[in-house]
Amino acid sequence: MAQPKAVGFFVLDKETLARALTRMAHEILEKNKGAGDLCIVGIRKRGVYIAARLAGYIKKIEGAEIPVGTLDVTLYRDDLGLAEFQPAVHKTEINFDITDKNIILVDDVLFTGRTIRAALDALIDLGRPKTIQLAVLIDRGHRELPIRPDYVGKNIPTSQKQSVAVRLEESDGVDEVLIVEKAE
Amino acid sequence: MWVKKDLLGLDDLTKEEIEFILATAESFKEVSSRSIKKVPALRGKTVVNLFYEPSTRTRVSFEVAAKRLSADVINISTETSSVRKGETLIDTGRNIQALNTDIIVIRHNCSGAALMLARHVDICVVNAGDGWHEHPTQALLDIFTLKEKFGKIDGLKVSIVGDIAHSRVARSNIWGLTKLGAKVTVCAPEMLIPVGIEQMNVRVTNDINDALKDADAVNVLRMQFERDAGGAFPKQLEYFKNFGITKERLKNAKKDIMIMHPGPLNRGVEIASDVADGDNSVILEQVTNGIAVRMAVLFLVAQARDKNSN
Repeated sequence: MAQPKAVGFFVLDKETLARALTRMAHEILEKNKGAGDLCIVGIRKRGVYIAARLAGYIKKIEGAEIPVGTLDVTLYRDDLGLAEFQPAVHKTEINFDITDKNIILVDDVLFTGRTIRAALDALIDLGRPKTIQLAVLIDRGHRELPIRPDYVGKNIPTSQKQSVAVRLEESDGVDEVLIVEKAE
Repeated sequence: MWVKKDLLGLDDLTKEEIEFILATAESFKEVSSRSIKKVPALRGKTVVNLFYEPSTRTRVSFEVAAKRLSADVINISTETSSVRKGETLIDTGRNIQALNTDIIVIRHNCSGAALMLARHVDICVVNAGDGWHEHPTQALLDIFTLKEKFGKIDGLKVSIVGDIAHSRVARSNIWGLTKLGAKVTVCAPEMLIPVGIEQMNVRVTNDINDALKDADAVNVLRMQFERDAGGAFPKQLEYFKNFGITKERLKNAKKDIMIMHPGPLNRGVEIASDVADGDNSVILEQVTNGIAVRMAVLFLVAQARDKNSN
Protein backbone atom coordinates (compact mmCIF):
# COMPACT_ATOMS: atom_id res chain seq x y z
CA MET A 1 0.00 0.00 0.00
CA ALA A 2 1.34 3.42 -0.89
CA GLN A 3 1.85 5.83 1.93
CA PRO A 4 -0.75 8.53 1.41
CA LYS A 5 -0.39 11.92 3.03
CA ALA A 6 -2.40 12.05 6.21
CA VAL A 7 -5.57 13.42 4.70
CA GLY A 8 -8.21 11.16 6.10
CA PHE A 9 -9.78 10.38 9.41
CA PHE A 10 -8.38 8.41 12.29
CA VAL A 11 -9.90 5.05 13.07
CA LEU A 12 -7.43 3.90 15.68
CA ASP A 13 -4.70 5.68 17.57
CA LYS A 14 -1.95 4.26 19.75
CA GLU A 15 -4.20 3.54 22.77
CA THR A 16 -7.20 2.13 20.91
CA LEU A 17 -4.93 -0.02 18.76
CA ALA A 18 -3.27 -1.46 21.85
CA ARG A 19 -6.64 -2.15 23.45
CA ALA A 20 -7.92 -3.88 20.30
CA LEU A 21 -4.86 -6.15 20.18
CA THR A 22 -5.15 -6.94 23.89
CA ARG A 23 -8.77 -7.94 23.41
CA MET A 24 -7.87 -10.11 20.41
CA ALA A 25 -5.16 -11.85 22.46
CA HIS A 26 -7.76 -12.64 25.14
CA GLU A 27 -10.22 -13.91 22.54
CA ILE A 28 -7.56 -16.15 20.97
CA LEU A 29 -6.75 -17.65 24.38
CA GLU A 30 -10.40 -18.07 25.26
CA LYS A 31 -11.30 -19.82 22.03
CA ASN A 32 -8.26 -22.11 22.10
CA LYS A 33 -8.53 -22.77 25.83
CA GLY A 34 -5.02 -21.50 26.53
CA ALA A 35 -1.79 -21.26 24.60
CA GLY A 36 -0.97 -24.97 24.14
CA ASP A 37 -0.46 -25.99 20.49
CA LEU A 38 -0.87 -22.37 19.50
CA CYS A 39 1.37 -20.76 16.83
CA ILE A 40 1.17 -17.32 15.26
CA VAL A 41 2.06 -16.66 11.64
CA GLY A 42 2.19 -13.12 10.30
CA ILE A 43 1.83 -12.23 6.63
CA ARG A 44 4.51 -9.89 5.27
CA LYS A 45 4.81 -7.07 5.82
CA ARG A 46 2.71 -5.53 8.61
CA GLY A 47 1.05 -8.79 9.62
CA VAL A 48 4.46 -9.81 10.93
CA TYR A 49 4.59 -6.93 13.41
CA ILE A 50 1.03 -7.49 14.55
CA ALA A 51 1.79 -11.20 15.00
CA ALA A 52 4.77 -10.39 17.21
CA ARG A 53 2.66 -8.00 19.29
CA LEU A 54 -0.13 -10.56 19.74
CA ALA A 55 2.45 -13.09 20.89
CA GLY A 56 3.72 -10.48 23.36
CA TYR A 57 0.24 -9.90 24.81
CA ILE A 58 -0.39 -13.63 25.03
CA LYS A 59 2.86 -14.03 26.94
CA LYS A 60 1.82 -11.26 29.31
CA ILE A 61 -1.58 -12.80 29.93
CA GLU A 62 -0.73 -16.48 29.99
CA GLY A 63 3.02 -16.51 30.63
CA ALA A 64 3.51 -18.81 27.67
CA GLU A 65 6.03 -18.30 24.88
CA ILE A 66 4.40 -19.29 21.59
CA PRO A 67 6.19 -19.79 18.27
CA VAL A 68 5.92 -16.92 15.77
CA GLY A 69 6.58 -17.30 12.04
CA THR A 70 6.64 -15.14 8.94
CA LEU A 71 4.90 -15.94 5.69
CA ASP A 72 5.65 -14.44 2.27
CA VAL A 73 2.75 -15.17 -0.07
CA THR A 74 4.19 -13.64 -3.25
CA LEU A 75 4.67 -16.99 -4.97
CA TYR A 76 1.08 -17.97 -4.25
CA ARG A 77 -0.62 -14.80 -5.48
CA ASP A 78 -3.24 -15.12 -8.21
CA ASP A 79 -2.24 -11.82 -9.81
CA LEU A 80 1.45 -12.51 -10.51
CA GLY A 81 2.17 -10.91 -13.84
CA LEU A 82 -1.06 -8.90 -13.66
CA ALA A 83 -0.02 -6.61 -10.86
CA GLU A 84 1.16 -3.19 -11.90
CA PHE A 85 4.06 -3.36 -9.53
CA GLN A 86 6.29 -6.37 -9.35
CA PRO A 87 6.31 -7.67 -5.81
CA ALA A 88 9.74 -8.70 -4.55
CA VAL A 89 9.95 -12.20 -3.16
CA HIS A 90 10.94 -12.36 0.49
CA LYS A 91 11.68 -15.20 2.81
CA THR A 92 9.15 -17.38 4.51
CA GLU A 93 10.49 -18.08 7.99
CA ILE A 94 8.52 -20.66 9.87
CA ASN A 95 11.04 -22.57 11.94
CA PHE A 96 8.60 -24.94 13.60
CA ASP A 97 6.41 -27.80 12.47
CA ILE A 98 2.87 -26.57 11.92
CA THR A 99 1.36 -30.05 11.73
CA ASP A 100 -1.41 -30.56 14.34
CA LYS A 101 -0.98 -26.99 15.58
CA ASN A 102 -3.59 -24.28 15.91
CA ILE A 103 -2.32 -21.54 13.64
CA ILE A 104 -3.36 -17.94 14.12
CA LEU A 105 -2.83 -16.33 10.71
CA VAL A 106 -2.37 -12.58 11.07
CA ASP A 107 -2.65 -9.71 8.62
CA ASP A 108 -3.20 -5.98 9.00
CA VAL A 109 -6.15 -5.36 6.67
CA LEU A 110 -8.69 -7.86 5.36
CA PHE A 111 -10.09 -6.64 2.02
CA THR A 112 -10.80 -8.93 -0.98
CA GLY A 113 -9.59 -12.07 0.79
CA ARG A 114 -7.15 -12.97 -1.99
CA THR A 115 -4.05 -12.57 0.15
CA ILE A 116 -5.58 -14.88 2.74
CA ARG A 117 -6.42 -17.44 0.04
CA ALA A 118 -2.75 -17.38 -1.03
CA ALA A 119 -1.62 -17.62 2.60
CA LEU A 120 -3.82 -20.66 3.22
CA ASP A 121 -2.26 -22.45 0.24
CA ALA A 122 1.22 -21.46 1.37
CA LEU A 123 0.59 -22.71 4.93
CA ILE A 124 -0.86 -26.01 3.83
CA ASP A 125 2.23 -26.62 1.67
CA LEU A 126 4.22 -26.54 4.91
CA GLY A 127 2.21 -29.12 6.79
CA ARG A 128 -1.26 -30.04 8.06
CA PRO A 129 -2.32 -27.77 10.89
CA LYS A 130 -5.17 -28.79 13.18
CA THR A 131 -6.87 -25.45 12.59
CA ILE A 132 -6.08 -22.17 10.90
CA GLN A 133 -7.76 -19.13 12.44
CA LEU A 134 -7.65 -15.67 10.96
CA ALA A 135 -6.88 -12.53 12.97
CA VAL A 136 -6.92 -9.11 11.30
CA LEU A 137 -6.49 -5.65 12.72
CA ILE A 138 -8.96 -4.10 10.28
CA ASP A 139 -11.81 -5.72 8.33
CA ARG A 140 -12.82 -3.26 5.64
CA GLY A 141 -15.30 -5.45 3.74
CA HIS A 142 -15.53 -5.98 -0.07
CA ARG A 143 -14.73 -9.68 0.00
CA GLU A 144 -14.28 -11.43 -3.35
CA LEU A 145 -13.81 -14.89 -1.84
CA PRO A 146 -15.68 -16.81 0.88
CA ILE A 147 -13.29 -15.88 3.69
CA ARG A 148 -14.16 -14.48 7.11
CA PRO A 149 -11.96 -13.54 10.07
CA ASP A 150 -12.14 -15.18 13.51
CA TYR A 151 -10.69 -12.19 15.39
CA VAL A 152 -11.09 -8.56 14.30
CA GLY A 153 -9.51 -5.47 15.80
CA LYS A 154 -12.05 -3.17 14.20
CA ASN A 155 -14.67 -3.44 11.51
CA ILE A 156 -14.57 -0.41 9.24
CA PRO A 157 -17.13 -0.11 6.46
CA THR A 158 -15.36 1.54 3.53
CA SER A 159 -16.08 2.39 -0.08
CA GLN A 160 -13.93 1.12 -2.92
CA LYS A 161 -12.69 4.66 -3.42
CA GLN A 162 -11.12 4.69 0.01
CA SER A 163 -8.06 2.93 1.26
CA VAL A 164 -7.02 1.98 4.76
CA ALA A 165 -3.58 3.05 5.92
CA VAL A 166 -2.20 1.02 8.80
CA ARG A 167 0.94 2.50 10.29
CA LEU A 168 2.92 0.72 12.94
CA GLU A 169 5.86 1.85 14.99
CA GLU A 170 8.00 -1.01 13.70
CA SER A 171 7.72 0.08 10.07
CA ASP A 172 6.35 3.62 10.07
CA GLY A 173 7.40 5.08 13.41
CA VAL A 174 3.85 5.66 14.63
CA ASP A 175 0.83 3.58 15.67
CA GLU A 176 -2.29 4.70 13.82
CA VAL A 177 -4.95 3.60 11.36
CA LEU A 178 -6.54 6.04 8.95
CA ILE A 179 -9.10 5.96 6.20
CA VAL A 180 -7.85 7.82 3.18
CA GLU A 181 -9.68 8.94 0.05
CA LYS A 182 -7.82 7.67 -3.00
CA ALA A 183 -6.81 10.24 -5.56
CA GLU A 184 -9.01 10.06 -8.67
CA MET B 1 13.51 -4.54 -9.73
CA TRP B 2 13.80 -6.86 -12.74
CA VAL B 3 12.41 -6.05 -16.22
CA LYS B 4 14.32 -8.29 -18.65
CA LYS B 5 12.63 -11.23 -20.34
CA ASP B 6 16.00 -12.92 -20.93
CA LEU B 7 19.10 -13.67 -18.92
CA LEU B 8 21.93 -13.75 -21.45
CA GLY B 9 24.95 -12.85 -19.36
CA LEU B 10 26.29 -10.84 -16.47
CA ASP B 11 28.16 -8.46 -18.80
CA ASP B 12 24.94 -6.61 -19.61
CA LEU B 13 23.52 -6.54 -16.09
CA THR B 14 23.90 -3.72 -13.60
CA LYS B 15 25.17 -4.23 -10.08
CA GLU B 16 21.62 -3.66 -8.83
CA GLU B 17 20.16 -6.28 -11.15
CA ILE B 18 22.70 -8.86 -10.00
CA GLU B 19 21.96 -8.04 -6.37
CA PHE B 20 18.23 -8.33 -7.00
CA ILE B 21 18.64 -11.85 -8.43
CA LEU B 22 20.79 -12.84 -5.45
CA ALA B 23 18.24 -11.46 -2.96
CA THR B 24 15.41 -13.29 -4.73
CA ALA B 25 17.44 -16.51 -4.72
CA GLU B 26 17.91 -16.17 -0.98
CA SER B 27 14.14 -16.30 -0.54
CA PHE B 28 13.84 -19.31 -2.82
CA LYS B 29 16.44 -21.33 -0.95
CA GLU B 30 14.01 -22.05 1.86
CA VAL B 31 11.58 -23.79 -0.52
CA SER B 32 14.03 -26.66 -1.09
CA SER B 33 14.22 -27.34 2.64
CA ARG B 34 10.48 -27.95 2.99
CA SER B 35 8.89 -31.36 3.09
CA ILE B 36 6.78 -30.30 0.11
CA LYS B 37 9.45 -28.74 -2.09
CA LYS B 38 7.14 -26.86 -4.40
CA VAL B 39 5.56 -23.45 -4.85
CA PRO B 40 2.95 -22.61 -7.50
CA ALA B 41 4.72 -19.54 -8.93
CA LEU B 42 5.18 -20.91 -12.49
CA ARG B 43 2.13 -23.17 -12.59
CA GLY B 44 0.97 -23.59 -16.19
CA LYS B 45 4.27 -22.44 -17.67
CA THR B 46 6.48 -24.65 -19.83
CA VAL B 47 10.26 -24.59 -19.67
CA VAL B 48 12.24 -26.14 -22.52
CA ASN B 49 15.82 -27.22 -21.88
CA LEU B 50 17.53 -27.01 -25.27
CA PHE B 51 21.02 -28.44 -24.93
CA TYR B 52 23.46 -28.55 -27.84
CA GLU B 53 26.27 -29.70 -25.57
CA PRO B 54 26.39 -32.48 -23.01
CA SER B 55 25.50 -31.41 -19.48
CA THR B 56 24.25 -33.21 -16.43
CA ARG B 57 24.60 -30.75 -13.59
CA THR B 58 23.25 -27.63 -15.27
CA ARG B 59 20.41 -29.36 -17.07
CA VAL B 60 19.25 -31.29 -14.01
CA SER B 61 19.59 -28.18 -11.88
CA PHE B 62 17.38 -26.15 -14.24
CA GLU B 63 14.91 -29.03 -14.39
CA VAL B 64 14.70 -29.32 -10.61
CA ALA B 65 14.39 -25.53 -10.29
CA ALA B 66 11.56 -25.37 -12.84
CA LYS B 67 9.72 -28.27 -11.21
CA ARG B 68 9.98 -26.73 -7.75
CA LEU B 69 8.23 -23.71 -9.25
CA SER B 70 5.50 -26.03 -10.61
CA ALA B 71 6.44 -25.47 -14.27
CA ASP B 72 6.35 -28.26 -16.84
CA VAL B 73 9.74 -29.19 -18.26
CA ILE B 74 10.70 -30.58 -21.64
CA ASN B 75 14.27 -31.68 -22.31
CA ILE B 76 15.61 -31.56 -25.85
CA SER B 77 19.04 -32.96 -26.43
CA THR B 78 20.27 -32.33 -29.93
CA GLU B 79 21.61 -35.83 -30.50
CA THR B 80 18.07 -37.13 -30.69
CA SER B 81 16.35 -34.16 -32.34
CA SER B 82 15.83 -32.68 -35.78
CA VAL B 83 18.96 -30.60 -35.31
CA ARG B 84 20.59 -33.75 -36.61
CA LYS B 85 18.61 -33.28 -39.83
CA GLY B 86 20.03 -29.81 -40.30
CA GLU B 87 17.46 -27.57 -38.62
CA THR B 88 18.90 -24.17 -37.72
CA LEU B 89 18.91 -22.76 -34.22
CA ILE B 90 16.43 -20.03 -35.17
CA ASP B 91 14.02 -22.52 -36.74
CA THR B 92 14.26 -24.78 -33.72
CA GLY B 93 13.59 -21.81 -31.45
CA ARG B 94 10.57 -20.65 -33.44
CA ASN B 95 9.14 -24.15 -33.42
CA ILE B 96 9.55 -24.38 -29.67
CA GLN B 97 7.80 -21.03 -29.36
CA ALA B 98 4.98 -22.23 -31.64
CA LEU B 99 4.30 -24.95 -29.07
CA ASN B 100 3.21 -22.11 -26.75
CA THR B 101 6.03 -22.65 -24.36
CA ASP B 102 7.33 -19.90 -22.10
CA ILE B 103 11.06 -20.23 -21.41
CA ILE B 104 13.96 -21.71 -23.38
CA VAL B 105 17.06 -22.63 -21.42
CA ILE B 106 19.81 -22.92 -23.99
CA ARG B 107 23.30 -24.43 -23.86
CA HIS B 108 25.24 -24.07 -27.11
CA ASN B 109 28.84 -24.49 -28.22
CA CYS B 110 28.82 -21.16 -30.11
CA SER B 111 29.39 -17.89 -28.28
CA GLY B 112 26.41 -15.58 -28.81
CA ALA B 113 23.91 -18.38 -29.50
CA ALA B 114 21.63 -17.36 -26.63
CA LEU B 115 21.59 -13.73 -27.78
CA MET B 116 20.75 -14.73 -31.35
CA LEU B 117 17.94 -16.97 -30.18
CA ALA B 118 16.56 -14.24 -27.91
CA ARG B 119 16.40 -11.86 -30.87
CA HIS B 120 14.26 -14.29 -32.85
CA VAL B 121 11.74 -15.46 -30.28
CA ASP B 122 9.34 -13.60 -27.99
CA ILE B 123 9.51 -16.13 -25.19
CA CYS B 124 12.13 -15.94 -22.45
CA VAL B 125 15.66 -17.13 -23.13
CA VAL B 126 18.03 -18.14 -20.35
CA ASN B 127 21.67 -18.73 -21.24
CA ALA B 128 22.96 -21.97 -19.73
CA GLY B 129 26.37 -21.55 -21.36
CA ASP B 130 27.29 -20.28 -24.83
CA GLY B 131 30.68 -21.31 -26.15
CA TRP B 132 33.53 -19.52 -24.42
CA HIS B 133 31.34 -16.50 -23.71
CA GLU B 134 29.12 -16.65 -20.63
CA HIS B 135 27.53 -19.03 -18.16
CA PRO B 136 25.60 -16.53 -16.06
CA THR B 137 23.72 -18.86 -13.71
CA GLN B 138 26.96 -20.63 -12.75
CA ALA B 139 28.58 -17.31 -11.87
CA LEU B 140 25.47 -16.22 -9.97
CA LEU B 141 25.51 -19.38 -7.88
CA ASP B 142 29.24 -18.95 -7.24
CA ILE B 143 28.66 -15.37 -6.11
CA PHE B 144 25.62 -16.45 -4.07
CA THR B 145 27.78 -19.04 -2.27
CA LEU B 146 30.51 -16.46 -1.61
CA LYS B 147 27.97 -13.98 -0.29
CA GLU B 148 26.39 -16.60 1.95
CA LYS B 149 29.71 -17.31 3.61
CA PHE B 150 31.37 -13.89 3.68
CA GLY B 151 28.26 -11.72 3.99
CA LYS B 152 29.37 -9.40 1.22
CA ILE B 153 31.28 -9.41 -2.06
CA ASP B 154 32.76 -5.91 -1.91
CA GLY B 155 36.47 -6.15 -1.15
CA LEU B 156 36.68 -9.97 -1.32
CA LYS B 157 39.77 -11.42 -2.96
CA VAL B 158 38.78 -14.17 -5.35
CA SER B 159 41.25 -16.15 -7.46
CA ILE B 160 40.12 -18.04 -10.53
CA VAL B 161 42.53 -20.79 -11.46
CA GLY B 162 42.58 -22.87 -14.60
CA ASP B 163 41.71 -22.70 -18.25
CA ILE B 164 40.72 -19.03 -18.37
CA ALA B 165 40.94 -18.88 -22.16
CA HIS B 166 38.18 -21.37 -22.85
CA SER B 167 36.08 -20.72 -19.78
CA ARG B 168 32.67 -19.06 -19.91
CA VAL B 169 32.47 -19.64 -16.15
CA ALA B 170 35.56 -17.48 -15.67
CA ARG B 171 34.20 -14.70 -17.87
CA SER B 172 30.80 -14.54 -16.18
CA ASN B 173 32.44 -14.67 -12.76
CA ILE B 174 34.82 -11.84 -13.63
CA TRP B 175 32.00 -9.61 -14.87
CA GLY B 176 29.77 -10.36 -11.90
CA LEU B 177 32.41 -10.23 -9.18
CA THR B 178 34.08 -7.02 -10.36
CA LYS B 179 30.70 -5.28 -10.65
CA LEU B 180 30.06 -6.15 -7.01
CA GLY B 181 33.46 -4.85 -5.93
CA ALA B 182 35.52 -8.03 -5.55
CA LYS B 183 39.21 -8.11 -6.41
CA VAL B 184 39.71 -10.87 -8.95
CA THR B 185 42.96 -12.64 -9.81
CA VAL B 186 43.20 -15.09 -12.69
CA CYS B 187 45.89 -17.75 -12.71
CA ALA B 188 46.83 -20.17 -15.47
CA PRO B 189 49.72 -21.29 -17.67
CA GLU B 190 50.58 -18.46 -20.07
CA MET B 191 49.02 -20.35 -23.00
CA LEU B 192 45.62 -20.39 -21.29
CA ILE B 193 45.48 -16.68 -20.43
CA PRO B 194 43.64 -14.80 -23.17
CA VAL B 195 45.26 -11.69 -24.56
CA GLY B 196 43.76 -8.49 -23.15
CA ILE B 197 42.19 -10.09 -20.07
CA GLU B 198 43.66 -7.25 -17.92
CA GLN B 199 41.05 -4.96 -19.46
CA MET B 200 38.43 -6.84 -17.46
CA ASN B 201 39.93 -5.36 -14.28
CA VAL B 202 41.65 -8.50 -13.10
CA ARG B 203 45.14 -9.25 -11.87
CA VAL B 204 46.98 -11.89 -13.89
CA THR B 205 49.54 -14.30 -12.54
CA ASN B 206 51.18 -17.53 -13.71
CA ASP B 207 52.24 -18.44 -10.19
CA ILE B 208 49.75 -20.60 -8.32
CA ASN B 209 51.26 -19.73 -4.93
CA ASP B 210 50.82 -16.05 -5.69
CA ALA B 211 47.17 -16.67 -6.61
CA LEU B 212 46.50 -18.56 -3.38
CA LYS B 213 48.44 -16.37 -0.96
CA ASP B 214 45.93 -13.67 0.02
CA ALA B 215 42.78 -15.12 -1.52
CA ASP B 216 39.53 -15.39 0.46
CA ALA B 217 38.30 -17.90 -2.07
CA VAL B 218 39.65 -19.82 -5.02
CA ASN B 219 37.43 -20.94 -7.86
CA VAL B 220 39.11 -23.93 -9.48
CA LEU B 221 38.08 -24.43 -13.09
CA ARG B 222 37.93 -27.74 -14.83
CA MET B 223 40.63 -28.37 -17.44
CA GLN B 224 38.51 -28.65 -20.57
CA PHE B 225 40.70 -31.05 -22.51
CA GLU B 226 37.90 -31.56 -25.04
CA ARG B 227 38.40 -27.95 -26.18
CA ASP B 228 42.09 -28.37 -26.89
CA ALA B 229 42.42 -28.08 -30.63
CA GLY B 230 45.95 -26.78 -31.07
CA GLY B 231 48.06 -28.50 -28.43
CA ALA B 232 48.11 -25.49 -26.10
CA PHE B 233 47.20 -27.64 -23.13
CA PRO B 234 49.76 -29.08 -20.78
CA LYS B 235 49.64 -32.77 -20.03
CA GLN B 236 47.42 -33.69 -17.09
CA LEU B 237 50.24 -34.61 -14.72
CA GLU B 238 52.24 -31.58 -15.72
CA TYR B 239 49.26 -29.34 -14.96
CA PHE B 240 48.65 -30.95 -11.58
CA LYS B 241 52.29 -30.54 -10.67
CA ASN B 242 52.36 -26.83 -11.51
CA PHE B 243 48.80 -25.63 -10.86
CA GLY B 244 46.89 -28.36 -9.00
CA ILE B 245 45.28 -27.27 -5.72
CA THR B 246 46.82 -29.48 -3.04
CA LYS B 247 46.94 -29.50 0.75
CA GLU B 248 50.64 -28.66 0.51
CA ARG B 249 50.00 -25.51 -1.53
CA LEU B 250 47.16 -24.42 0.74
CA LYS B 251 49.55 -24.28 3.71
CA ASN B 252 50.59 -20.85 2.50
CA ALA B 253 47.00 -19.68 1.96
CA LYS B 254 44.49 -18.24 4.43
CA LYS B 255 43.36 -20.91 6.85
CA ASP B 256 39.68 -20.60 5.95
CA ILE B 257 40.13 -20.11 2.20
CA MET B 258 36.99 -21.22 0.41
CA ILE B 259 37.47 -23.84 -2.30
CA MET B 260 35.00 -23.72 -5.18
CA HIS B 261 34.68 -25.75 -8.37
CA PRO B 262 31.89 -25.62 -10.96
CA GLY B 263 32.14 -29.35 -11.68
CA PRO B 264 32.59 -31.90 -13.06
CA LEU B 265 35.78 -32.56 -11.10
CA ASN B 266 38.96 -33.92 -12.62
CA ARG B 267 40.43 -35.29 -9.42
CA GLY B 268 44.19 -35.27 -9.50
CA VAL B 269 44.30 -32.83 -12.42
CA GLU B 270 43.17 -29.39 -11.25
CA ILE B 271 42.37 -30.36 -7.66
CA ALA B 272 43.54 -33.03 -5.25
CA SER B 273 40.90 -35.36 -3.85
CA ASP B 274 41.56 -34.50 -0.22
CA VAL B 275 41.06 -30.80 -1.03
CA ALA B 276 37.88 -31.37 -3.05
CA ASP B 277 36.43 -33.36 -0.14
CA GLY B 278 38.05 -31.26 2.60
CA ASP B 279 36.60 -28.87 5.16
CA ASN B 280 37.20 -25.77 3.05
CA SER B 281 35.37 -27.15 0.04
CA VAL B 282 31.90 -25.78 -0.76
CA ILE B 283 31.60 -27.67 -4.03
CA LEU B 284 28.40 -29.49 -3.10
CA GLU B 285 26.89 -26.39 -1.48
CA GLN B 286 27.37 -24.71 -4.84
CA VAL B 287 25.21 -27.40 -6.41
CA THR B 288 22.49 -26.87 -3.79
CA ASN B 289 22.62 -23.10 -4.20
CA GLY B 290 22.36 -23.51 -7.97
CA ILE B 291 18.74 -24.56 -7.58
CA ALA B 292 17.77 -21.46 -5.62
CA VAL B 293 19.57 -19.20 -8.11
CA ARG B 294 17.94 -20.86 -11.12
CA MET B 295 14.51 -20.73 -9.47
CA ALA B 296 15.01 -17.00 -9.00
CA VAL B 297 16.11 -16.50 -12.61
CA LEU B 298 13.26 -18.52 -14.11
CA PHE B 299 10.74 -16.75 -11.88
CA LEU B 300 12.05 -13.26 -12.64
CA VAL B 301 12.25 -13.61 -16.43
CA ALA B 302 8.78 -15.21 -16.62
CA GLN B 303 7.30 -12.48 -14.47
CA ALA B 304 8.97 -9.75 -16.54
CA ARG B 305 7.59 -11.20 -19.75
CA ASP B 306 4.07 -11.52 -18.34
CA LYS B 307 4.21 -7.96 -17.19
CA ASN B 308 5.51 -6.64 -20.52
CA SER B 309 2.75 -8.40 -22.44
CA ASN B 310 0.00 -6.83 -20.31
